[in-house]
Amino acid sequence: MTGRTVVVYSEDRELGLQMLSKGREISDKLGAELSALVIGDGITDPEEYITHGADKVLIVDNPKLGSFAVETYRGVVLDALKDVDLDVLLIGATKRGKELAARVAAALDTGCMTECFEIDVDEEGRLLGERLTYGGTVISSQVSTRKPHMATIPPRTFKKADPSPREGEISVLEVDIQGQRMKVVESREKARGDAGLAEAPIVVSAGRGFKDKADLKLLEELAETLGAKVGCSRPIAADLGWMEEWIGISGYKISPKLYIACGISGTIQHAAGIREAQIIVSVNNEAGANIHEISDYSIVGDIYTVIPALTKALKERMK
Amino acid sequence: MTKIIVLLKDIVDLNEIKIDPSTRQPRTKGLKRRISDVDKRALEAAIRLKEKNDGEIVALSMGSDKTRTAMLEALAMGADSLYIVNDSGLAGVDALVTSKVLKAAVEKIGGYDLILCGEMTLDSLSAQVGPRLAELLGLPQVTYVKQIDLEDGKLRAVRDLEDVDEVVEVELPAVVSVVREINEARIPSLMNIMRAKKKPTEEWDASALGLSAEELRTESSIEVVKVKAPLVERKRIVIDAETVEEAAAKLADAIISEGVVEA
Repeated sequence: MTGRTVVVYSEDRELGLQMLSKGREISDKLGAELSALVIGDGITDPEEYITHGADKVLIVDNPKLGSFAVETYRGVVLDALKDVDLDVLLIGATKRGKELAARVAAALDTGCMTECFEIDVDEEGRLLGERLTYGGTVISSQVSTRKPHMATIPPRTFKKADPSPREGEISVLEVDIQGQRMKVVESREKARGDAGLAEAPIVVSAGRGFKDKADLKLLEELAETLGAKVGCSRPIAADLGWMEEWIGISGYKISPKLYIACGISGTIQHAAGIREAQIIVSVNNEAGANIHEISDYSIVGDIYTVIPALTKALKERMK
Repeated sequence: MTKIIVLLKDIVDLNEIKIDPSTRQPRTKGLKRRISDVDKRALEAAIRLKEKNDGEIVALSMGSDKTRTAMLEALAMGADSLYIVNDSGLAGVDALVTSKVLKAAVEKIGGYDLILCGEMTLDSLSAQVGPRLAELLGLPQVTYVKQIDLEDGKLRAVRDLEDVDEVVEVELPAVVSVVREINEARIPSLMNIMRAKKKPTEEWDASALGLSAEELRTESSIEVVKVKAPLVERKRIVIDAETVEEAAAKLADAIISEGVVEA
């Protein structure tokens, strides 16, 4: 048995390093040791975890662990941590990380807070987490009351610490590796060029301000000028059927660099889908529309005149 | 014959939620409850598998007195029977306890080949129940599925991961969670809605499953302290101009100065 421990794990190395900075903060508050768990085949540069905040690096390196397999990795995580007095286990909230975390939490008979964008510990050493619920409309502040405390952390939530020379211990663990019943037959790379709404860097979007489906042409011209994808709010797709999918609470959640909302009122349901956008621009003829409250730049005006003018102005400036 | 258990949760209609501007708290009281959208797509996937391969679909939900009404839609869509775990002592428990209750219910139903659920329910967004149930039942899990097929007792699926689409195979029984991209859930006909009311429905409390709600409650370990709408931190600059052209020019300049387009 070792002393109190905070453990960080992600199959995504960068995300693991990002979590170490927050893990360091929490470990210091708890007076706990911070360990980075690293699983794979041919693991390189374990010192990097130490220079980014870990006291200890727990390495499980085996040719059978070359690619992520949830059942196998679940066994490895549990076996690697069986002698650790685990206070907190943080797992990176990639899709793979989330399914692993849920399965590990069930095996450890404990709770887990999914996709926390903020975490802390209270005086009693309990883990506090903030996460979105109700489809992303609200922030839920939660507390984990049972040890080991678990949470998953999405990519880019915390910033990687600047590397600094630190003392740390690297231990290579021998663990029991079990097979996985689900077999991967084929792994198809996703095409990058044809980014869907979820990945598009620029999205322009239509709302109820459009009177006719044919008028969407105005938006398509703007999209073409910007190299953007065209999206819409829920009524345009769900009620009018002009498009297949919509942006919002029950549709796509997007995180483009630029989002231009045209004729969209900006309900909380829509807002939940565009929260991660870097810059939000809106055009809506109603000065009181909520979309103006959640935009960086907005024009109170008629989309039928503003959109063509904006397309023209952007064309001139983008050569 | 394939027996599929589909896990469904009734949640408040998210499209009806409003935020109280003074407290920033969501108003959810009195809202209509519906089956969570991704769960419904899991049911649709089950119905399509049944249409192709024959079989039986059992809908299973853990909920409240309001659940039965919301779940009529599942029966109308094509579930053959419905089981609801309804115990007021279990209201508000976390995913840890929920999955223990569902495990007991699934075992009581028995004889299943496949358990289907949504990747997550849209109210809690915790995305844990599928994998947790797989762990508790000692079954393989196939998550984030956007295509599914059954062949000779084997399940073939396409998983939607961030970087790849993964084609996988697994022997049944297994727990499968689907993503919204898998299908569009059907809208039941009036005739089927009428028929739904006659389909077998059973409610269980914790003791019917051999569990103690009181004990389980103490195991629930994630507590919600408060729920509040986030403060929006945006620039909120309203472009002021005499003409549309001037406004558009100012907006174009602003967009370009943000460095978010390639000028």
